[in-house]
Amino acid sequence: MLRKVILTLIIFFGFIFQCSVLNYISLGGIVPNILLIITASFGFMRGQNEGMAVGFLCGILVDIFFGNVFGFYTICYVLIGYLNGFFKNIFYPEDIKLPLLLITVSEIVYCMICYIFRFLLRGRLAFGYYFVHIILPEIVYTILATLLIYKGIVILNEWLEDIERRNA
Amino acid sequence: MARNRSNKNKIKIPSKYILLILAILCVSMMVVSYITDVFTGPLKIVAGYTVVPFQKGIESVGSWLTGRSDDIRELQALREENDSLKLSMDELTIKNNELLQDKYELSELRQLYELDQKYSEYEKVGARVIGKDTGNWFSTFLIDKGSNDGIAVDMNVMAGSGLVGIITEVGPNWATVKSIIDDDSNVSAMIQSTSDNLIVEGDLELMNEGFIKFSQLIDEDDEVKQGDQIVTSHISSKYLPGISVGYITEISLDANNLTKSGLLTPVVDFKHMSTVLIIKELKQQKE
Repeated sequence: MLRKVILTLIIFFGFIFQCSVLNYISLGGIVPNILLIITASFGFMRGQNEGMAVGFLCGILVDIFFGNVFGFYTICYVLIGYLNGFFKNIFYPEDIKLPLLLITVSEIVYCMICYIFRFLLRGRLAFGYYFVHIILPEIVYTILATLLIYKGIVILNEWLEDIERRNA
Repeated sequence: MARNRSNKNKIKIPSKYILLILAILCVSMMVVSYITDVFTGPLKIVAGYTVVPFQKGIESVGSWLTGRSDDIRELQALREENDSLKLSMDELTIKNNELLQDKYELSELRQLYELDQKYSEYEKVGARVIGKDTGNWFSTFLIDKGSNDGIAVDMNVMAGSGLVGIITEVGPNWATVKSIIDDDSNVSAMIQSTSDNLIVEGDLELMNEGFIKFSQLIDEDDEVKQGDQIVTSHISSKYLPGISVGYITEISLDANNLTKSGLLTPVVDFKHMSTVLIIKELKQQKE
């Protein structure tokens, strides 16, 4: 129960943070994708189900406010949570290389889905431009953001697991 | 407690089925939301009363902070600017007098011809920008007024004297605005001087450079040139006529030798927008 409440709050504030505060510190109009970091982290830390749950909530929030057709971002984030869940068994909290790699790959997948379904299908073929000006900066900023907040997420997760172990 | 836990484990559904269920749910939501507003209606209300108050708070703190830092940075520049502005003010005062005379003449002529009212007479309401799209692909933003303030989908949004975009979604105390530089946006517009119609389409590639693309301008007599003003057209189904969009910066003949296309510079500074005006009149109502 505590976990659900805390996770909801984190996603909630992650979303608010991303669409208001981050714009003040954005570089070149590009902001890192905090929601993706949260979804992917809980995917590989806690497994597929929790990844999907977190992704679902993140996606719903984005869809409500900024979605074109309701459900598009939800399915993106659910998929990312699910796929990251496969790596739960080889995840160790001390090692930051795997999380960084996974988040980078997730970011690439997310950007590609966005590009293919919302640009390519409308005949926007200038992939090179989008890659250099949108996808690449977003990946770099997301990696930077990961370095900053990843430790916090891990500590929070360990704290929650600790409490759950004691109560179990 | 322990028994509960093992019971839970027994009826646990494999993840891939949950993924399948969620995927089907999402796809059906996409289809349903494409047709109606059943799901999103209540969700919008819930989101409006949970997320939006926080965003308003953060936004006001954030804009205050950036305001202060800008103050310091701009002080020097402003002093210099002030001097040059004083000089140009005299010039402008003279010009203004001339223009005022023209204006009186214009209003007389308008009365004579019973011309359509200009957009300055539309009923407008101000709103603050409280959030931006979470991704980097589109240019939509949140404002702090919603259906409680009489905002509805398809209302035109302005900032200063130019067109910003159109309301796409409305909650009780929030609304999203799709700006005209958004990659998804198309506006039917016309050249003010010649009334030739054209299409203004947002483009992600040009968004960062501060331009908007326009196309399908038919100008057989080569009357349209750089610097001409583009306003929303009479034939648009959603945009009220006569709202300023921008000025032509580049124009060229298309390969088909019939139409022209090019770039225009918008009147609005989309990067520094904190307040917008919403015209509380829908095009359809006016007809």
